[in-house]
Amino acid sequence: MSIAPPPKTSWTTRTREAAVGALPPEKLLPDSQPTYVASWIYVFGVASIASLVVIVASGTILALKGPAWWHYTGVGHFFNSIHLWAVELFFFVMVVHLWGKYWMAAWRGGRTRVWITGAVAFLVAVPTALTGYVSQQNFDAQWISTQAKDGLNSFGVGAFFNVTNFGQMYSYHVLLLPAAVIGVVIAHVLLVRRHGVVPPFALDTVLASSRVSPVEETRAPSNADAPSAGAGGASP
Amino acid sequence: MGAVFNLNHPAHVVHWHFFQMAVANIVVIMLMLAVFALAIALPFPGAARRREGSS
Repeated sequence: MSIAPPPKTSWTTRTREAAVGALPPEKLLPDSQPTYVASWIYVFGVASIASLVVIVASGTILALKGPAWWHYTGVGHFFNSIHLWAVELFFFVMVVHLWGKYWMAAWRGGRTRVWITGAVAFLVAVPTALTGYVSQQNFDAQWISTQAKDGLNSFGVGAFFNVTNFGQMYSYHVLLLPAAVIGVVIAHVLLVRRHGVVPPFALDTVLASSRVSPVEETRAPSNADAPSAGAGGASP
Repeated sequence: MGAVFNLNHPAHVVHWHFFQMAVANIVVIMLMLAVFALAIALPFPGAARRREGSS
């Protein structure tokens, strides 16, 4: 008895083939990186992810115990502090990561979506932090929310996003915005895996000079053995 | 930290013409710039060995 192959029209088959085609296992979980990645400036992306993991873990504990827990217990205060300082660290290392990628023009080599998802992750992280600051249930939260409402009202979004409405802000902070941040960060990391870490300018120039343009290739068959764009594993 | 730094006062602010920023924020930005410069300048452990190994 033989098992019939799955039909090509099946959406699961098509999705699997597209996913494996875009991200084969050796690209998804590589065991080595190009030598140019051995630099401190390439550390800040993973440092951002490490901070995010601590933020989500400590935030989950705080969510389980409720927003007032940290006010009346030492353990609650401890986890609230871990959560706060992980957020501070997250923005710190994310900004250094952003500067590093900006100055090396990390959108090169077909990495536009990598750059855009990184920028969106940063932009979504800002209101995630804001909704956290206004969920503290203290005078600081009152001050921040009453200051922020004027700015948001000037954009006309105050009716939909009311920073003085604790329930709404708390929902945004513990579910909607973290889900958005995590989703965008996962997309960002998968795109980095797909396109590879952006090479330095000098290496990019070397690789570009070794490429054979399609026009040249058709005119001169003897150039068929020239190095391809993928030399060194550094090109997308 | 409260014992080390007295936080029981309004934030110190640098105000110069149009520029206005809390000292704490200026310190953090300066730290980020310092870390950025160090990340570029400092050698990564084992980087030279990896380069030699790949050539």
